[in-house]
Amino acid sequence: MSRNPMRKCLTFAKYCFLRQNRASQITRTLTTFSPNDGEDDRMYVDGNGQLRERKLGYDELYPGHIPTSTLQKVLLSIGSAGMSLLDPSRDDMIATLGETTGTWALRSIKEKMEADPTGQRILTEQPVINTNTVSIDYLGSLPEGTFGKKYWHFLSKNGFSPDARLPIHFVDDPELKYVMLRYRQVHDLFHSVLGMPPHMLGEVAVKWVEALQTGLPMCALGALFGPLRLGPKHTKKYLETYLPWAIRNGQNAKFLMAVYWEEHWEDDLETLRQELNIEPPPIIASKS
Amino acid sequence: MAAPLKISGFCCRNEKPLANFIYRFLSTNSATKNETRPKNESRETHFGFETVAEDEKEERVYEVFKNVAGKYDLMNDAMSFGIHRLWKDHFIHRMAPVEGTKLLDVAGGTGDIAFRFLQYIQSQNDDPIMVEESFSIPTNIEAGAYSIPSDYAEEEKIDLSGYKEDTSHVTVCDINQEMLNVGKSRAEEAGIFTGIDWVQGNAECLPFEDNSFDAYTIAYGIRNCTHVDKVLTEAFRVLKPGGRFMCLEFSQVNNLGLRRLYDSYSFEVIPVMGQVLARDWKSYQYLVESIRQFPNQKKFAAMIRQAGFGMVTYENLTFGVSAIHSGYKLLKVVK
Repeated sequence: MSRNPMRKCLTFAKYCFLRQNRASQITRTLTTFSPNDGEDDRMYVDGNGQLRERKLGYDELYPGHIPTSTLQKVLLSIGSAGMSLLDPSRDDMIATLGETTGTWALRSIKEKMEADPTGQRILTEQPVINTNTVSIDYLGSLPEGTFGKKYWHFLSKNGFSPDARLPIHFVDDPELKYVMLRYRQVHDLFHSVLGMPPHMLGEVAVKWVEALQTGLPMCALGALFGPLRLGPKHTKKYLETYLPWAIRNGQNAKFLMAVYWEEHWEDDLETLRQELNIEPPPIIASKS
Repeated sequence: MAAPLKISGFCCRNEKPLANFIYRFLSTNSATKNETRPKNESRETHFGFETVAEDEKEERVYEVFKNVAGKYDLMNDAMSFGIHRLWKDHFIHRMAPVEGTKLLDVAGGTGDIAFRFLQYIQSQNDDPIMVEESFSIPTNIEAGAYSIPSDYAEEEKIDLSGYKEDTSHVTVCDINQEMLNVGKSRAEEAGIFTGIDWVQGNAECLPFEDNSFDAYTIAYGIRNCTHVDKVLTEAFRVLKPGGRFMCLEFSQVNNLGLRRLYDSYSFEVIPVMGQVLARDWKSYQYLVESIRQFPNQKKFAAMIRQAGFGMVTYENLTFGVSAIHSGYKLLKVVK
């Protein structure tokens, strides 16, 4: 089967994972590792005497990982695309769509990040943005006009929390998994630095920028199909102002995934935008 | 709602009464799982393709069905393309219950079998032409093999509204309260209020008296039980002599070509459907794995025979994707 070449890396990755998480593993009662943990022997006999191969188990590459075959990824992509159009409240479907379709894009993002010194630092240190690493009160205490304060406004006005990002399930490479995680986490920061509110129009604009910067198919699909849901007033604004603006930003801005956002909380927002070659938002939408 | 039959003491010689189990389940929802659990025999069993301790399996199965209860019926329709309805219809048709049957539907959760049973009985009553002239089914008998008239009853029966000796009745028993709740609301929507009871109980230790039911069914539930042999023994106990045990369960597809197709469909498509429709990959992965872990038609028939049932037969549905096993508690048990 096509899993054969992966076996050696699996064992090594599993070994590293085990070393890192020994303590939590020992206390975990619901283990997914077989008792006789023969790394290379995945064959066993089921209740009917049939020989079966034990598939890659849950959580083996990273906590939350669900192994999927190519067919499953295709089905998941189609299903999640359909479901996210039918039921927009299913945010996990958009996330799934991103994970299943994003392997090539994630690889190219990773390569671009490695080419940039800051990006390389991000990949090594693997910072995460949640309430443990970033204090919301600290952000609120910053002066107006700073990037951190803008982000704080974005979170508090809309009732968001940096903890609410969904875990990643279907990315099969732990390093690409971090890139995906980073993308999800800095999505809100993109909203802030671009000055786009989280309504449909703002989301579409951000998706355009992300699609041009990251190349993720999910962003491209969102950017193309999202505007179908816009009302007439917003459609006019979109076509006349936001779309050209977003495209310009996407093309001219520096590579935003390689920015170490956590070091810029105290920077003045306008200065930061100039450094990153981002045009300020069109004046109509400077609400959040 | 009518209460279940009077319980004349502990039904099984088990050390775990039901209330203790439920309390233990409620108290093991945090990281203190290990301390609160008593040290039982650490035998292991399968949970899908995982190996888990036996104590754990019950709780994990409970969690699975608690999570899927809300979308259970939708997922059944999606996964089997509606064919599960045909399977269940055929199952009741094979049972061919008559008026006055007391049915115990174990692991009956959302009530599919129970509703079909009641519908079948009702359609029989509505359609007297179906019954041949020479063979008339007594519908309201004063005395006979089916019921003891109240004058002759030795102990005072609990007055149960709607529970008469000569009418058909189905008791739905399930270990999972969420599934029962879904079933109850479905019954209310359909306007079915009498002739049906919802009881929470463990199939391995049923809260019913010996020899109290005419028929026992378990549809797509027995493979989730930790000790299938105990379930069969309990079934034997609660059935009246002459009573019928019927089991509808996923089984082995014997045709090799179809089996490969079926396996691919099960492992590739069903968990994806679970994730997209019900936001739950792992429960549906468990589902397809547990099907593979369950013994095939012949082995299961042997297990039923071992529990004491006679005239054990099985019938394949859809090339063996599902199978109906049937056995009788013969009046004279010959081992």
